Amino acid sequence: MPSDLKPGVAPSSKPKFWNDPDKRALLFQVLMVLTVVGFIGYLVNNALTNLEQRGITTGFAFLGQTSGFDILLSLVEYDSTHTFGTTFVVGLLNTLLVSALGIILATLIGFVMGVARLSNNWLIGKVAAAYIEIFRNIPLLLQIFFWYFAVLRALPAPRQSIEFGSAFLNVRGLYLPSPVFESGFGLVTIAIGIAIAAVIVLTRWNKKRQDATGQRFPVLWTSLAILFGLPLLAFLVAGMPMSLDYPALQGFNFRGGMTIIPELLALLFALSIYTGAFIAEIVRSGIEAVNKGQTEAASALGLPKGKTLRLVVIPQAMRVIIPPLTSQYLNLAKNSSLATAIGYPDLVSVFMGTTLNQTGQAIEIIFMTMAVYLLISLSVSTLMNWYNKRMALVER
Amino acid sequence: MIVNDQKLPDLPPPASTTGVVGWLRTNLFSTPFYTLLTLVTLYVLYVTLVPAIQWAFIDADWLGDSRDACTSGGACWVFITARLDQFLYGFYPESEHWRVNTLYLMLVILIGALVWEKTPKKGWIAAFTLIIFPVIAYFLLVGGSFGLEHVETHKWGGLMLTLVLACVGIVASLPFGILLALGRRSHMPVVKSFCTVFIEVWRGVPLITVLFMASVMLPLFVSAEIEFDKLLRALIGITLFQSAYMAEVIRGGLQAIPKGQYEAADALGLSYWKKMGLIILPQALKIMIPGIVNTFIALFKDTSLVLIIGLFDLLAIVQAALADPKWLGYSVEGYVFVAFAFWVFCFGMSRYSQHLERKLHTGHGAR
Repeated sequence: MPSDLKPGVAPSSKPKFWNDPDKRALLFQVLMVLTVVGFIGYLVNNALTNLEQRGITTGFAFLGQTSGFDILLSLVEYDSTHTFGTTFVVGLLNTLLVSALGIILATLIGFVMGVARLSNNWLIGKVAAAYIEIFRNIPLLLQIFFWYFAVLRALPAPRQSIEFGSAFLNVRGLYLPSPVFESGFGLVTIAIGIAIAAVIVLTRWNKKRQDATGQRFPVLWTSLAILFGLPLLAFLVAGMPMSLDYPALQGFNFRGGMTIIPELLALLFALSIYTGAFIAEIVRSGIEAVNKGQTEAASALGLPKGKTLRLVVIPQAMRVIIPPLTSQYLNLAKNSSLATAIGYPDLVSVFMGTTLNQTGQAIEIIFMTMAVYLLISLSVSTLMNWYNKRMALVER
Repeated sequence: MIVNDQKLPDLPPPASTTGVVGWLRTNLFSTPFYTLLTLVTLYVLYVTLVPAIQWAFIDADWLGDSRDACTSGGACWVFITARLDQFLYGFYPESEHWRVNTLYLMLVILIGALVWEKTPKKGWIAAFTLIIFPVIAYFLLVGGSFGLEHVETHKWGGLMLTLVLACVGIVASLPFGILLALGRRSHMPVVKSFCTVFIEVWRGVPLITVLFMASVMLPLFVSAEIEFDKLLRALIGITLFQSAYMAEVIRGGLQAIPKGQYEAADALGLSYWKKMGLIILPQALKIMIPGIVNTFIALFKDTSLVLIIGLFDLLAIVQAALADPKWLGYSVEGYVFVAFAFWVFCFGMSRYSQHLERKLHTGHGAR
């Protein structure tokens, strides 16, 4: 309104309500809520009619029913007489198992390859670069198939197993000797607990003393000595209360020891090699992000190369590395759901696959499965945000 | 007494620090540890690469039409060449292959024009690729109009299906991603929380569960009269999933635009949509291209998951061919072929995105 713009004249009328940003925002939000609620209502209504038409029951009562199928690998006691609720737990534990193992392996591969990528040795650098560029540009599912169908399924039968000492590899999986704990092993467990506590106390004491006097104590070596020495001592004192159960060929298969099924091996290889390539790139960029002046300043202060790396470069690189590293860990956990393609009994495979087929209760099952992954993602990212805030550069 | 008052000529550097020997000494054999590492690596490479090359090239068989042609003991590429049509076009009728070929060609030309730096009117070409090309592709592939024979989607497969899934996924998720990103940065609490929840939910779950949801639950959510075919369900799932990732990329781009740009647009009295459409998004989209290419790479690899819900993309069709009794035992050849196909696409795209990043990074960085 031009009259409003005259100098010295206060705007006489209030703007029309559709020109008032606050009111418009309110209107817009009310409309949005109505649309979303209406849309969800439409979906729910359709779902209810469709379910009724197809005669599918709703609700979570199916979790108490007997499942009636066996699972290849289970960390808790399970057979076909257990309930679908137990199936869910078994699947979840298997997902967590392969994710945890995968994260450890991928971190190892990633850090070694990331450092190797920056090596002064031309050949090592090129080999690491080739590894990174090859494996992160090939779909994970294909890599899982490759390890499972082309490598592990092509291994010889149990009678012609490949031997590594007392471990055997064949088409049925990897057979390893397993530890058998006898009475008196409790002493060793207690010793491990004491050793961990002692290391924590030692680290705190060292930090305090260094802050006060500037003197350093060789914490690393002492800690390692305590961590390994004390349990070993307890082990010997208790009269070596542990033996190994070796796998042995009996008839057509191996008995004794522990078995790692080929599905787990294939999934583990594929996940850790694929994610390792991404982690290697993260590690490389993290180390490169540390300003060269930092290294030079450290050597000007007279720090030896090892200490420069440990006290100056790595702490600063970690600040850059950790956020993307966590998202890679989450990716790995989510990607472990590809297990269903080769029949490793993870959550998606046994719950969203078999249980869904048997009960037909798609909505509840898919909702529960998604909720599990969402919960894992959200809790890890909350933890990470907290950590990030603690680690963030305090700028003045 | 003889005094040399002339400057002596410079001696050449020691032979061990220049040329091939010098390079070897600094890059491969600088310390005993590195020497050991180099030798071990060389040995490992020799042991693995030589037989691999022998298998893949020297002893390989390339031409023929049945497994009898594979006699040399190396790789049997006949398996690939004999079935190449199926791997490229799926079960698309042979007489209609020209339609797919036309699209392949158009795609190559458009992408080429967009990637080449000196192309004039890039904006128009990009708009054509994103808006008109998908429409042309739809009519050409589906058929049923303009005198073209109708081809049902269950006959689609192979590389063509992979490209359809990836391209539709990225093109359809772009507008949703923009809206979600704007919503997440909005000052309206309801809009903001809705968009945030939407994005975080899709980003927090694996694509497999989304595909399962799309294939099992979607038919339950619409009234029984509407029929979704399998491909459409997969596309809806992929688009929902991808738009969350796209939104985060776009949000990153929006945050990188200096605050002054927003304030200047406000000062000029532009409305919200004009401010975004004319000032912010054109700048933001440009710096987002590397990020978009990176999500495209991830999506391209992830399309292989559709085999779990029964679609025959490149990986699935090769996997199915491996089960053919006539060609049993050639899984390595099959996987190597698929891996190579995916790798060429993904590596090419990642190189392009790195190139763009370097070009856009005009030197304010720490180094």
